[in-house]
Amino acid sequence: MEFNWDSLDTWTVVIGGLSAVAAAMPGCFLVLRRMSMMGDAISHAILPGIAMAFLLTHTRITAIMFIGAACAGLLTAAFTQCISKYGKVDRGAAMGIVFTTLFAIGLILIRQSAKHVELDPGCVLYGSLEYSVIDVVQIGALEVPRAVISIGSVMCINILFIVFLYKELAASSFDPSLANTLGFNSGLIHYLLMMVVAVTTVAAFESLGSIIVIAMLIVPPATAFLLTKNLAHMLVLSAVVGLLSAFLGHLGAMAIPPVFGLEATVSSGMMAVAAGALFLSAWLFSPSQGLFLRLGERREHAGRPLPPTAGEGS
Amino acid sequence: MMWQTGYAMLVDRRKRGLAVLMVLVILTLAGGAAEAAWPVAEVKGDVWKLVTLQSYNSRLVILSTTLLGAASGLIGVFLLLRKRSLMGDALSHATYPGIGLAFLLMTSLGGEGKWLPGLLLGASVSGVLWVVIVSAIRRTTPLKDDAAMGIVLGVFFGAGAAIMKMVSNLPGADAAGLDGFVYGTAASLVFSDFLLILVVTGVVCGAAILLLKEFALVCFDEAFATSQGWPALRLDLTMLALVTAVTVVGLQAVGLVLIIAFLIIPAAAARFWTHKLHVMLLLSVMIGGFSGWVGSGLSSLLLDFPTGAVIVLVAAAIFIISMMFGLARGILPRAVRHARLRRKVGRQHLLRAIYELLERHQLDAAEPVSNLAIDFESLAVHRSWSSAELQSLLRTARGEDHLEDEVPGRVRLSESGFGEASRVTRNHRLWELYLIRYADIAPSHVDRDADLVEHVLDADIVRQLELELKGRPVRMFVPPSPHLIDQSAG
Repeated sequence: MEFNWDSLDTWTVVIGGLSAVAAAMPGCFLVLRRMSMMGDAISHAILPGIAMAFLLTHTRITAIMFIGAACAGLLTAAFTQCISKYGKVDRGAAMGIVFTTLFAIGLILIRQSAKHVELDPGCVLYGSLEYSVIDVVQIGALEVPRAVISIGSVMCINILFIVFLYKELAASSFDPSLANTLGFNSGLIHYLLMMVVAVTTVAAFESLGSIIVIAMLIVPPATAFLLTKNLAHMLVLSAVVGLLSAFLGHLGAMAIPPVFGLEATVSSGMMAVAAGALFLSAWLFSPSQGLFLRLGERREHAGRPLPPTAGEGS
Repeated sequence: MMWQTGYAMLVDRRKRGLAVLMVLVILTLAGGAAEAAWPVAEVKGDVWKLVTLQSYNSRLVILSTTLLGAASGLIGVFLLLRKRSLMGDALSHATYPGIGLAFLLMTSLGGEGKWLPGLLLGASVSGVLWVVIVSAIRRTTPLKDDAAMGIVLGVFFGAGAAIMKMVSNLPGADAAGLDGFVYGTAASLVFSDFLLILVVTGVVCGAAILLLKEFALVCFDEAFATSQGWPALRLDLTMLALVTAVTVVGLQAVGLVLIIAFLIIPAAAARFWTHKLHVMLLLSVMIGGFSGWVGSGLSSLLLDFPTGAVIVLVAAAIFIISMMFGLARGILPRAVRHARLRRKVGRQHLLRAIYELLERHQLDAAEPVSNLAIDFESLAVHRSWSSAELQSLLRTARGEDHLEDEVPGRVRLSESGFGEASRVTRNHRLWELYLIRYADIAPSHVDRDADLVEHVLDADIVRQLELELKGRPVRMFVPPSPHLIDQSAG
């Protein structure tokens, strides 16, 4: 098989990789806090934030979109918290109620403004990695896609966020009451994390599409979770898995469809699939808790007689 | 009353059949209603026309969304009780690759790519596959439910996007409108779509009613169900299959967001009104149906508004009202109950404190306690109340005619107040004695423990306590306190 790998492909992989790393950082904590579905909820719920930001300012400046999305993300987290705390509703259900309602509001807002602009919900959900590589700005002698800059800076912010708040995030993820007694405000940290997730989602959705961001938020961290028990290692590993799946995904998007006689397909979708494949291999072959290892253990134990219990022999 | 009869019907296995029959009759009527030529009444404006289903197009949409709302309200209750509300969300995304693959397969076999049953089959297969993978991840890895759902959701949706893109590049295939399959096309429902919805909701409701007891068992106590020999895993999978069926049909008709909302919101709203499963089921069905009806009616009045979104907003409004005012678990009724209990506890503390102070004035413990006036000072010191707290307690007690104010700065129990004070103190003491004798709690510590329970003792328990402690059945005999009543703190 023959590929034509050019600079556009490189940029596609770079954008995908940056988004994957940016998403994997907060994603690790979502997985640890059992809030994996929060990413999905927020990715739907930022729609009214973006629509409002647009309706109020009539521009598509990225920074304003970020602010709108961050506000919507915070609202989602706050409403979910409110409903599950005061209404005593299960948190998953509360999340579902909040994000469907916000998404509905967003849809109506967009439909109302659709006469003036094309703000296509389909584009929000799928993204268009292929087009964001063409949209370039000149930096020095190099033509860099605009998306690289926005996602790159979000990734840096996310990494800084985790480096500076590492202790607080870890404590509040594993034991919120301990974190509170140590004097960290775990509620504040929760909302900060939600905001980071929202900003990451909106940064990535232009290029990757928001649903694919869900995959990048959850799958690499979950893969890393199966491979290590150390939080720092998990963060690094999830970044590596994210980068790998960006690369493999783009490769797959170019290589796999021709096998069936089809044209190349969207890279973002294949990146999610590649991440899924990496997860699958971790699931099966993880040195500490892989499925094969466990099967072997079970077989090993099966041959052994049970140790005698007290009182049985006499 | 009606609910009780309904429930009695559902408990009896034979009568469940009757309930299913009723569902079928209702659905047939709905089916007939969709097609029948309606007597055209004199028009009383657009709203009236809509509500009475005069216009054929909106009639189909309204009936479809109502049916879907009712069916997913029913299934949603089980999802909510099982803490799996987001299942519908994840599941509906996960049907995506199935739809794409089915289209691909059918086109490459030379058939019509958008043949509806084929697409639905594809969606169902990938939904079922999703369920299987999620439960496999949950069982064999330390990852939790949410991560398992999120992983498979993301990967499936990614795969779906990739497949869709391939499909749309396929030469000769007309894939336009496949997206609408995922995002819903409520406004352009045709009669065959409606029939499909009718049949599927009928099957789902029927199955859920027939398996009501089994589902309830699995929802409330899975371990118990398993230990009693019920096939918990199979029941679980059946439940998920029903969810898949509703989701797939609903997706195609009303779109992703709406079906997610339908599966979660009615059930969550119904939960605020009741603690009984059968009432909750009925309410959830009604809320789902109602929001489908009103929402789609509204959206056809407001031409520019997407149907799904309006329905979600109607359901959300019902949810908010339920959360505020729901009689069983709503915020306001709970707050009222809480305040009432606090008032009662405060009143009982006050009366007991007065009684204990009166006892202190007794010279001989065998003599009955006489009702004297007590000054505020010693009362406040006795329970370490601040004067503001004491004043508010006194105000409540005065409102209930327990106090007589004769001298300023002092307080005297009224006749009814004295009786109530003796009763309260007696309950406290009885409970203390019981704890000391049967729960081995040291007399010096028993006060606090008794305090937790004494306010909710009813007459029956008090009688049992009397028997247990062999107290003489003298009316209003108050046993002496088993511990020293501290001068400074209560």
